[in-house]
Amino acid sequence: MPNTKELQDLVIQVRRDILRMVHNVNSGHPGGSLGCTEFMVALYNEIMDLKEGFDMDGIGEDIFFLSNGHISPVFYSVLARRGYFPLEELNTFRLINSRLQGHPTTHEGLPGVRVASGSLGQGMSVAIGAALAKKLNGDDHLVFSLHGDGELQEGQNWEAIMFAAGNKVDNLISTIDRNGQQIDGPTEKVLPLGDVAEKFRVFGWDVLEVESGNDLERVIAGLKEAKSRTGKGKPVCMVMDTEMGHGVDFMMHTHAWHGKAPNDEQLATALAQNPETLGDY
Amino acid sequence: MTKYTDQGKQDTRSGYGAGMTELGRTNPNVVALCADLVGSLKIETFIEENPERFFQVGIAEANMMGIAAGLTIGGKIPFASSFANFATGRVYDQIRQSIAYSDKNVKICASHAGLTLGEDGATHQILEDIGLMKMLPGMTVINPCDFNQTKAATIAIAEHHGPVYLRFGRPKVANFTPVDQKFEIGKALMLSEGTDVTIVATGHLVWEALQAAESLENQGISAEVINIHTIKPLDEKAILDSVKKTGCIVTAEEHNYLGGLGESVAGVLGMHHPTPQEFVATKDTFGESGTPEQLMEKYGLNNKAIEAAVLRVLKRK
Repeated sequence: MPNTKELQDLVIQVRRDILRMVHNVNSGHPGGSLGCTEFMVALYNEIMDLKEGFDMDGIGEDIFFLSNGHISPVFYSVLARRGYFPLEELNTFRLINSRLQGHPTTHEGLPGVRVASGSLGQGMSVAIGAALAKKLNGDDHLVFSLHGDGELQEGQNWEAIMFAAGNKVDNLISTIDRNGQQIDGPTEKVLPLGDVAEKFRVFGWDVLEVESGNDLERVIAGLKEAKSRTGKGKPVCMVMDTEMGHGVDFMMHTHAWHGKAPNDEQLATALAQNPETLGDY
Repeated sequence: MTKYTDQGKQDTRSGYGAGMTELGRTNPNVVALCADLVGSLKIETFIEENPERFFQVGIAEANMMGIAAGLTIGGKIPFASSFANFATGRVYDQIRQSIAYSDKNVKICASHAGLTLGEDGATHQILEDIGLMKMLPGMTVINPCDFNQTKAATIAIAEHHGPVYLRFGRPKVANFTPVDQKFEIGKALMLSEGTDVTIVATGHLVWEALQAAESLENQGISAEVINIHTIKPLDEKAILDSVKKTGCIVTAEEHNYLGGLGESVAGVLGMHHPTPQEFVATKDTFGESGTPEQLMEKYGLNNKAIEAAVLRVLKRK
């Protein structure tokens, strides 16, 4: 099992990957990707029980669904560095004939991806379905999902939230990336979400809150705590406060970098703040 | 012409229910979902016999489509059912992204399609669903004609890997196809051979086409009647072989002429064998309340309308 130092190095390297990927094609979504880097690294390298290789059914292992598909850069980097596909393939992000589409998809057969996402608000329903399949199969592994906070404005989530509680889908851990930002500005200005944790609670979920979603150790502790709460009759929600653009000073404290790539100069500055650790792709 | 006998009127949705009952007993991977319409979809027996394989999602069709997509991960074969309007138009993007684009093995099973659900009116009478579903890459679209064929189609789609849209209806209609006829996806059925005109019909209009052919025979016109239960993939060869013989065609469906079977047929003919065609379909309109018979009469979807279309198309040969 990797120690925290190794994971910390991986976090920095993944941040470099994200920045270089979006810079290379002058498009993509660095902000949310940088904000969820600690979470994704922890999930795939410390928390989930994974088999070698990839098969769609994922029987006998934990599985993950990314509902906010626009943060594909962090997903692709973490998958590649976990060995799902060759690292060099990160070079093809958003290019023609690539398996690394702008938003993740199963359509091109990229290992590690189990459903397309991008059109928001659909991932929790899919995760619930996969969790139900695990129960039917007598598979006691878990289903994890990640959702943007802005994404909760899509009504389908609340159908799913009601269903999961009502049907005791207690092998599901859904994490909400509470960065408070969306394309048009702060979530509380665009369409206020209010107390997200309390909303899940009154809908019948077991909720825990992680205040520092960019503190690796606290994210790991939070996910371990979330795991310990599964199997007790309630779906588990982890509301995680993160900083969009974390790790790059000029990308933080703003929604401006939600879907914008850095230019050459900005990339150099951003990479200097995240010195190479495990080797660039 | 070949004569067919009504074995006793039944609703096609009950054919779906009967198919689900059989699948519940024979295929342990089949699971069912429904959005608060269990009685209307006739799946009570499946639920009674397999309670752990049924998921009641409530009035939440978007969530139902997503859950169905997720259930395939782990090898389940979900049959997600509702009324045709709520199972297609209402949840188009969920079907598009989570099911079709994600290549998920989900069966979308839709009752109360078309005008013949009757008195509930246009909010519930979708006439655009075939078009919506056939435009999705990889989606198979099936509209069986009677109880027996709907039951057979329900059983057949469980064996087919990939997303399927299965469309059926509410009213009791003639049940005339053989009880044990095997359902082959994409294979049109020749119901009656003829030489003067081809009638290609789907769903409830197949029986109407047979009635029209009988009346035409009495007028000395020989109509070939083909049951196209699968609109996508379309049995192009069956259509082309027939029009090469007859030289004209009438398509008949309980659907808007835009986006329906007729449009698919016109595409094939335009590409390979331009042929005069008349459409028996709704003319870009919404429906309204009324009895099924009144609606089919008013919107020109019954045997009389097919007969009139044949007489028109014959003049264009």
